[in-house]
Amino acid sequence: MFLAKSVRLAFVFRGEMKSMAKEIVRFQDVTFKYDENASYALNGVNFSVYEGEWLAIVGHNGSGKSTIAKLMNGLIFPDSGSIYVNGKEISEETVWDVRDLVGMVFQNPDNQFVGTTVQDDVAFGLENHGIPREEMVKRVHDSLAKVKMDQFLNQEPHHLSGGQKQRVAIASVLALRPAIIILDEATSMLDPRGRSEVLGTVRELKNLNNLTIISITHDLEEAVKADRLIVMNRGTVYAEGTPADIFLMDEKLVELGLDIPFTQKLIKKFKENGYHIPDEILHEDKLVDYLCKLLQKI
Amino acid sequence: MMEKMIFGRYIPVDSPLHKMDPRAKLLTIIIFIAVVFLADNTLTYGLLAIFTLAAIWLSNIPIKFLFNGLKFLFWIILFTFFLHIFFTKEGDLLYKFGFIEIYQGGLRQGIFISLRFFFLLLVTSLLTLTTTPIEITDGIESLLKPLKKVGFPVHELSLMISIALRFIPTLMDETDKIMKAQMARGVDFSEGTIKQRAKAVVPLLIPLFINAFKRAEELATAMEARGYRGGEGRTKYRLLKWGMIDNIAILTLFILTILLLLLR
Amino acid sequence: MQIVTKDLEYVYQKGTPFEKRALFHINVTIPSHSYTAVIGHTGSGKSTLLQHLNGLLQPTGGEIRIGDLTVTSEKKGKGLKGIRQKVGIVFQFPEHQLFEETVEKDICFGPMNFGATEEEARQQAKTALKLVGLSEELLNKSPFDLSGGQMRRVAIAGVLAMNPDILVLDEPTAGLDPRGRTEIMEMFYQLYQEKGISIVLVTHSMEEASKYADSIIIMHKGTVYKKGTPKEIFSSPAELIDLGLDVPESVRFQLKLEDKIGKEIAEPSLSIDELVENIFAYIKRVNEK
Repeated sequence: MFLAKSVRLAFVFRGEMKSMAKEIVRFQDVTFKYDENASYALNGVNFSVYEGEWLAIVGHNGSGKSTIAKLMNGLIFPDSGSIYVNGKEISEETVWDVRDLVGMVFQNPDNQFVGTTVQDDVAFGLENHGIPREEMVKRVHDSLAKVKMDQFLNQEPHHLSGGQKQRVAIASVLALRPAIIILDEATSMLDPRGRSEVLGTVRELKNLNNLTIISITHDLEEAVKADRLIVMNRGTVYAEGTPADIFLMDEKLVELGLDIPFTQKLIKKFKENGYHIPDEILHEDKLVDYLCKLLQKI
Repeated sequence: MMEKMIFGRYIPVDSPLHKMDPRAKLLTIIIFIAVVFLADNTLTYGLLAIFTLAAIWLSNIPIKFLFNGLKFLFWIILFTFFLHIFFTKEGDLLYKFGFIEIYQGGLRQGIFISLRFFFLLLVTSLLTLTTTPIEITDGIESLLKPLKKVGFPVHELSLMISIALRFIPTLMDETDKIMKAQMARGVDFSEGTIKQRAKAVVPLLIPLFINAFKRAEELATAMEARGYRGGEGRTKYRLLKWGMIDNIAILTLFILTILLLLLR
Repeated sequence: MQIVTKDLEYVYQKGTPFEKRALFHINVTIPSHSYTAVIGHTGSGKSTLLQHLNGLLQPTGGEIRIGDLTVTSEKKGKGLKGIRQKVGIVFQFPEHQLFEETVEKDICFGPMNFGATEEEARQQAKTALKLVGLSEELLNKSPFDLSGGQMRRVAIAGVLAMNPDILVLDEPTAGLDPRGRTEIMEMFYQLYQEKGISIVLVTHSMEEASKYADSIIIMHKGTVYKKGTPKEIFSSPAELIDLGLDVPESVRFQLKLEDKIGKEIAEPSLSIDELVENIFAYIKRVNEK
């Protein structure tokens, strides 16, 4: 029931998005297996990402969401179907152009820190692209300033916290001026402070640079702030829509190995107790406002 | 014990030696290692001593700290010293006790060889004390650049060294963690026969290797995602600057060599 | 079995220029059959404290009494190995410690180190695997062929198979998805209730701490900042927020609502149910007036 409704809503929403924004990534009937004998990691996946949006791809561990990230950057290629980035199909020939457009921040903060110091790490990608040195110096400093890590230029990675390392990883990606940044469970190994540090940074950057953000996560509190959500289950797109649509799925999400954000849980509890909270209230601040008015009226 | 050892450790202070170009430092040391063997009398050894002391003074590293850190190596020097005293039988007999005979030539030889060893140790440890490992790597890469023409993988080698350097602390942490986890499961790393101890290392080494391979794979993916496709067409961020001080260093060594050749 | 620390102090690399003080005068008691949560930032000293609980670290000052054994800076204490069997530690990402060819051998590793025969160890492995909710079919598989979540459970089974009296858990749910997280936490809670063991849980999640623990220790800059029941700890949420720590969502939400209306609704609510109850009770109270 809920599912049908949310998918319908999603289509309406997609229609709107198309007229508003340009499609920047498209997955068309994508199928992928890691191993001949293994089951499908992805099976007939179709979806689009639009320029300037924050898309969250959620799903339990093993639902295929990380495979999507690797495919989007040409780190692996689909068994069948096609992936288009900025209109170009990803293939052996176009993969390096695609990587220029798509930056990735991975899960483990340690295993993506290449340089011996913060500034060397940011420079690594620039060196790969043959950027002249003066330009490199400028970009290294600029992008580190944007993630507020410019005080740590010569710091070595083992003296940084997980959150700081991930911010350096973001700066490294940013220095290459991508159009899309993929966060592949980039906050799952961080403590709460590191997590909010990283998400805050990404949010600021997105607004500043008109970036497209694709965050792959199982943290629903992270997903609730996205513009749009895709729920993955066993290698297929289970549902697609705005956070409002998706959280209407309620218990279904729990069955899929996910969770319901706090605000939705609270609204549900109110409903169970016979208090109906209007559907348009989704975010915590709105709920606080609503309850506040309610409590002051009495 | 490990904490007090300074061999191979970088001390971040400000000094003329710290400011030198790593290439100049590497060249200086290579030349120094060669010319140390030219010294053969008190005067030439005196010159080497002056040079070594001057280098230490210019490094801003407290002499006491330096000597404390190298203490364990002094035993090796002492051993060489006695080896020469007892086994070189030249010149006048100075002392005899039972089968022990000490000759003047032996004493002289013992002192000189130990001094030579001592100078080499001091000067090479000054290199690591005043130069970060990555600077040394940059220096080596730059000095080896001509070998690229004959197909020697200079870039790959230096990238390998720099990644290895970057991951040493990470792997040390990991070793510590896994060791503790296995100790909590009843492994005793510090007691037992040699065979038992060797066996105790297996539960440490296997997870360490498996994790290292996993790290390597993820790192390779991350490097590729950031556009790494080999050394071709890469620019360089780290800059080596050859300055006046480097000219002076090389010149000093040149003069030292000439003096040693004249005075020996 | 009970653990008591008295003015416990720990300094890393003592007597070198790199000396770093990690714990100052820690006085805590972990009673028999209790569920204690330890909370604090990275670097607050909670990991250092945890490693004292089974003698992996020896205090540099003060003492720790683990059951009948006292460990001080001078005395390492005989029978430390026995203590490690009684106090099992599940480290963060415990799947990183797996090394044997089969799941069974890996789980048997701990018990056999502590003197169990192969037969006994196998029996314990079977029981432990059941406790963590995995099927016996996995016993002969390589642990490295399992999924991440299964590997975590096998590693936990390896500690449970030692039959510890106290189970110390260092962020056991890190990196798991929400379902995996709930399942693992429920499993530990069941062990605590049914087997009568004590649990010491190090966590960043205030939800987990307030839901499962009967007492909470808050570590801050190497000291015990506060200890008490969840109710006591979260009774002054503003203080915790000032320290940069989280509070349970329900507490935080209530605080936000109270700020907005400028009145106190009730004592801080530790769960959503309690929060809704408190709001309704508040409405009722106001209406009666």
